[in-house]
Amino acid sequence: MAILINRNTRLITIGLTGKQGTFHTLQSRDYGTNVVGGVTPGKGGTIHEGIPVFNTAYEAIKETGANAAMVFVPPAFAADSIIECIEAEMPLIIAITEGIPIQDMIKVKAMLKGSKSRLIGPNCPGVITPGECKIGIMPGHIHMPGNVGVISRSGTLTYEAVFQLTQREIGQSTCVGIGGDPVNGTNFIDILEMFEKDPDTKAVIMIGEIGGTAETEAARWIKKNMTKPVVSFIAGAAAPKGKRMGHAGAIISGEDDSAEAKFKVLQECGVTIARSPAELGQKVSEVLKK
Amino acid sequence: MNVHEYQAKELMREFGISVLKGGIANTPAEAVEVAKKLDTKVWVVKAQIHAGGRGKGGGVKLAKTLEEVEKYAKEILGMQLVTHQTGPEGKKVLKVLIEQGCDIDHEYYCGIVLDRVTGQNTFMVSIEGGMDIEKVAHDTPEKIIKAHINPATGFTPAVGRKLGYALGLKGETLNKAIKFFDGLYKLYTQKDCSIAEINPLVTTKTGDVLALDGKLNFDDNALFRHPEIEAMRDVTEESAQELEAGKFGLSYISLDGNIGCLVNGAGLAMGTLDILKIHGGTPANFLDVGGGATKETVQKAFSIILEDKNVKAILVNIFGGIMKCDIIANGVVDAAKELSLKVPLIVRLEGTNVALGKKILSESGLKITAANDLADAAQKAVAAAKGAK
Repeated sequence: MAILINRNTRLITIGLTGKQGTFHTLQSRDYGTNVVGGVTPGKGGTIHEGIPVFNTAYEAIKETGANAAMVFVPPAFAADSIIECIEAEMPLIIAITEGIPIQDMIKVKAMLKGSKSRLIGPNCPGVITPGECKIGIMPGHIHMPGNVGVISRSGTLTYEAVFQLTQREIGQSTCVGIGGDPVNGTNFIDILEMFEKDPDTKAVIMIGEIGGTAETEAARWIKKNMTKPVVSFIAGAAAPKGKRMGHAGAIISGEDDSAEAKFKVLQECGVTIARSPAELGQKVSEVLKK
Repeated sequence: MNVHEYQAKELMREFGISVLKGGIANTPAEAVEVAKKLDTKVWVVKAQIHAGGRGKGGGVKLAKTLEEVEKYAKEILGMQLVTHQTGPEGKKVLKVLIEQGCDIDHEYYCGIVLDRVTGQNTFMVSIEGGMDIEKVAHDTPEKIIKAHINPATGFTPAVGRKLGYALGLKGETLNKAIKFFDGLYKLYTQKDCSIAEINPLVTTKTGDVLALDGKLNFDDNALFRHPEIEAMRDVTEESAQELEAGKFGLSYISLDGNIGCLVNGAGLAMGTLDILKIHGGTPANFLDVGGGATKETVQKAFSIILEDKNVKAILVNIFGGIMKCDIIANGVVDAAKELSLKVPLIVRLEGTNVALGKKILSESGLKITAANDLADAAQKAVAAAKGAK
């Protein structure tokens, strides 16, 4: 089962023929993902690394029956490509691109409302259902099929958590990077809801950061709706106020969006807290034994 | 990216937002020249630094004569201005803005920010102008009125009326306020601002609505389409190391501890600072080398870390996904040799090509402490920094 992607996912890459697009599409294909096409305007009708290329997302979907798109378009043009995918009614859009202007994402967010598309990202590592399908830039080999769902705003911290799980022979159902930008397509609650409904998921790791209130909203949602155990770490307890810590969205601007404030609400809502990122694997193994 | 008040006001004028007449000066003599050209009985001399709270720190003075303009300009220019936003060391004032005075009727607050929950641009206004708006939001949240802007329609007169009536404005003043909000929204969206804050926005005894102060922040990711904004960058306001790091695709932030950090990924870099603190250490910096780091960028990262003389130990924490551990290892070894590294170096590598990476480090002949995992790395780095004292 898992969530979002599986064996039946048919992927196209928007921006296939670029260096990054090519490299990561091939890595995903090597992992077992069914890559059915790509989009690069002006290169329609050609074959790139054995993959058919189309000029537009509409054409690619019509010709290949794709049901997921991975976006590797440079930041200045990425929002345009995402909007093209939304208008072409692509069910799942995963945007890897980092550095999309906020005003562009505000338009994308408005387009998503009431549309047939779900957007994951941008500025994210992508989504992987271990053993079945990988869409993104994460190293496939550290994953292992299993029953822990992972949701995160950060790429490398997700790898860290997954690695700790796999070392303990705890597999993952699906790992979702929702991205480090202040405006994104999908938030913690959307994914938590999917994990709650997914029979293959027994526990969830949620990795948050300073900035925004997505984690505290998720905490309140968990308290009300979630029956499965959730383990959470918030990065940035040592970060100074007012400084942007790498990710566009990782900035403490008030009292409510510090790591301490988020840990507090999470704990009050019954979430198991990992104060150190090195404890994530251990904490999950503890909640699974309960 | 931040700009100065005088630059923000230039942009506001372009968008039809009323501001007072004024000009910028680098010397007291220039200040007097600017003041002479303004048709006014009083002048305001305002320090131009990238921080709020300038008035309380003594960086804003009201002058009643040209002699006073000169006197205050002399006092303010070159002073180390300390406000609640500058930190205890303060910021050196290099420019002053000389403005005409005005007869204030009432001070309000007006800002536009991103509401991350809805993903929309949002107006915030309050009758409590001139105050620290965070304090108002905390103590009396009912005094802040918000209006979300639908990106499909943009600013509408209805939004303007909602905001204006909430501030108790009416008649011609209300119409002027609506025009003001409209201009500010256009400026905010067309120039890709991330914050626009007018505190205070004032109504005058003559019925005008104008921006007495103005703070604009710009979305760094959108600067590629605004060379005119990029041209306003004041490098004296930014950290030289942070700027230098940015040129190499490195994200670097200086902190006040003694353990230098080199990490890949923003989340893991933050997590590394956190775990150092948990184990009793203090990080000297945040540094994300990014996913596409090369041998050269790793070397650059080392040299930036070592410019900080407080650094007593360096922790390299890499989870190689796309980035391969052997490439990082080679970069580390080369940098350590070239910079003849004196401080203890702790390296934790994991992920793609980890065995090869570890081999390169152990065969380098350098004194590198290898760490087994994240917690081990943090403990060893903290111990090394303490031992070095």
